[in-house]
Amino acid sequence: MQPKRLQIASAHVVAMLVCLIMVIPVYLIVTNAFKSSAQASSMGIALPTTLQLVNFSTVIDKGKLVTSFFNSVLYASGSTILGTLFSAMAAYVLSRNPTRLNRFLYFFLIMGIALPVNFFTLTKIMQITHLINTKAGIIILYSATQIPFSIFLIYGFIDSVPRELDEAGIIDGCGPLQLFSRIILPLLTPVLVTTGILNFLGVWNDFLLPLYYLNNSANWPMTLAVYNFFGQYQQNWNLVSADILLTILPVIVIYLVGQRFILSGLSSGAVKG
Amino acid sequence: MKLRKQYPFYFVLFALVLYVVFLVLPNLSGLAYAFTDWSSYSTDVNFIGLANFQTIFTPGEQYLSFITNTLIFTVWTTLLKLILGLALALLLNEGVKRFAAHVYRTLIYLPAVLPTLVVALIFKSILNPATGLLNTSLRSLGAGALAKPWLVDPRIALSSVIGVDTWKGVGYIMVILLAGLQTIPRDYYEAAEVDGANTWSRFRHITLPMIMPAVMIVTVLNILYGLRVFDIVYALTNGGPGYATDVLMTGIFRAFSQGQYGLGTAITSILFVFLIVVGYFVIRLLQPRPIQE
Repeated sequence: MQPKRLQIASAHVVAMLVCLIMVIPVYLIVTNAFKSSAQASSMGIALPTTLQLVNFSTVIDKGKLVTSFFNSVLYASGSTILGTLFSAMAAYVLSRNPTRLNRFLYFFLIMGIALPVNFFTLTKIMQITHLINTKAGIIILYSATQIPFSIFLIYGFIDSVPRELDEAGIIDGCGPLQLFSRIILPLLTPVLVTTGILNFLGVWNDFLLPLYYLNNSANWPMTLAVYNFFGQYQQNWNLVSADILLTILPVIVIYLVGQRFILSGLSSGAVKG
Repeated sequence: MKLRKQYPFYFVLFALVLYVVFLVLPNLSGLAYAFTDWSSYSTDVNFIGLANFQTIFTPGEQYLSFITNTLIFTVWTTLLKLILGLALALLLNEGVKRFAAHVYRTLIYLPAVLPTLVVALIFKSILNPATGLLNTSLRSLGAGALAKPWLVDPRIALSSVIGVDTWKGVGYIMVILLAGLQTIPRDYYEAAEVDGANTWSRFRHITLPMIMPAVMIVTVLNILYGLRVFDIVYALTNGGPGYATDVLMTGIFRAFSQGQYGLGTAITSILFVFLIVVGYFVIRLLQPRPIQE
């Protein structure tokens, strides 16, 4: 009995050490966000001696955080709604009616998981479609990038919705659109929530597309605003920390609340297939 | 006939059009522009044959090191995350109780949901040679000899970037492998124990084969991520010092900001070929299997 207990204890010690290493950077951000500029200059682990709440108002003011917060919310929710809905519609038809063409299209679409973005020729397309440097443009671009993985996730789930429901709906006189929106979509809720959260976080955390396609600071999302704020204030780690804290707070809340869905989405891709 | 009416093709069209217009077309037309001198300095676009690729593959030029750095980054981050992720998954699956495992998992996965850019900025401070937390802790622990200019020394900068990326991504691998481990029926191990199999042979003959599909998928997804890595390199070192940490995507961004569109498209095309090869394996692995439940 004794060696087994020792084994469990050492497993806990190792796990706690790993957790400590994983949490320290977030801890640094939280504590330094409340320090004075002088105390935060080395980004140490000491607790703040005085609580400088003024850091946050400074950051919100100088970092244009309110505008970029609402930009991020708009981009992330707009593209997630479009991308997830379009993916669900496509995955539903591709799965229910597996003709040769549709099976090919499924593979063609999920091949996108491995495609790079060609920023040069994409710029041309954005110019032709008048989407460059616009909010609508970035939302559409994000929805397009979400499609391959979303179709993959949703496609795997659709078989669990019995086909008999489709037939029952048809007998009751539903058209295809009604059948999909009234009967199928509500039953897809679990996978839609998972896909939606993953897409939302992906856009919220993304830095690359705005860097290429949003020149106007009024259109910047949080990540780009933080990066530019860092460029200007890298001597003031208290302000940078406060800025970062406000950026990651929504992410951490969504993560803690939606953890179940995030993890099930990740593993359904890899484990259940 | 009835199916086509019941499941109309226009349902697929929205996704298909967005995907083709914004992802497929740029890549395909990029394959053509890679052979031109397209730039922001001139409105003419001329065919120049293989000149861009000759520039990229000239020995001693910066571009070759973009390719080797990308491959080094990809191989090392994938290996490190796999080994550490598997070790952590085994630890949480067998070493501790369910509730504790749940708490540990939540914390270890946390860095994976943070914006990569933010992670890079935090580590810029932690890895600061003079005031950073890593070096100050090493010095106060009496291991000052281990304190290094992590991101400043060209010989170790890429390793530091690999280290930070491993820190961020290991939780993701762990979560997927842990889910894989939890699908292995307990009685397999009990039967093996009855047969007298030791810990190693249980791992070798039950655990490993059972989680192999999950291992394959995370490996391939990690390779795809590694080949396209940008944020962490750009924010930590911006490819420097010199070109010591430059990868394909930072090279592409530089070509973009300098207006060298033809050259940048050529680099993107190289990336495209790499990714398509890996993508072939993704498609093979992601074949929808019937759900067994």
